[in-house]
Amino acid sequence: MTTIEVDTRGETCPVPLVECRKALRKAAPGDEVIVTGTHPASKKEIPMACESMGLEIIGIDEENDEWKIRIKR
Amino acid sequence: MSNKAVIIVHSGDMDKLYSALIIANGSLSMGMEASLYFTFWGLERLKKGGLEKGPLSKMNFLGLGKWMVKSRMKKANVAPLEKMMTDFKELGGKIIACEMTMEIMGVKQEQLRTEWIDEYGAVGTYVHEAKNAEITLFI
Repeated sequence: MTTIEVDTRGETCPVPLVECRKALRKAAPGDEVIVTGTHPASKKEIPMACESMGLEIIGIDEENDEWKIRIKR
Repeated sequence: MSNKAVIIVHSGDMDKLYSALIIANGSLSMGMEASLYFTFWGLERLKKGGLEKGPLSKMNFLGLGKWMVKSRMKKANVAPLEKMMTDFKELGGKIIACEMTMEIMGVKQEQLRTEWIDEYGAVGTYVHEAKNAEITLFI
């Protein structure tokens, strides 16, 4: 099991969502994908995308304007 | 119903191509399939060097409006169309080029970015793609 980190800080629609999906496609089942970003809508939309793909969100942290979403592939 | 978005790209305007690619990439990112069917003025954007060449659909002002919008987009860190297209292909998006438009406009395959194009088709291809799609748009 490996951890894949994706940094989308400063990126806007649709880049955080797209980069998250690209990382999830490359990840193997059991891997953890951690997406960091600042785009406000993506903080809601990445969990929405994971839900529709049947993937589990391990946690969402937020500090100032920066969020971190941990996804189990 | 299959989980799919099929978008007709009829306009060659820059802003509308952005809309089409953002929706298509959003669909792929949400775990759906996505196809883009390029026809009429949209097909111009598949020509070599043509992707970023479209005018603004409103207030283009001979390119001045486009230049202003592009500089604002750069400031907002909006991805270039070339990146959006690369992402679209990487996420498994499909591109169909309209054969009739190619005939009318005298466009040859060698003038197009053939590495992006999965299929050359007509209306039947679109209907076949779209009949079971959950999202279909004409842009």
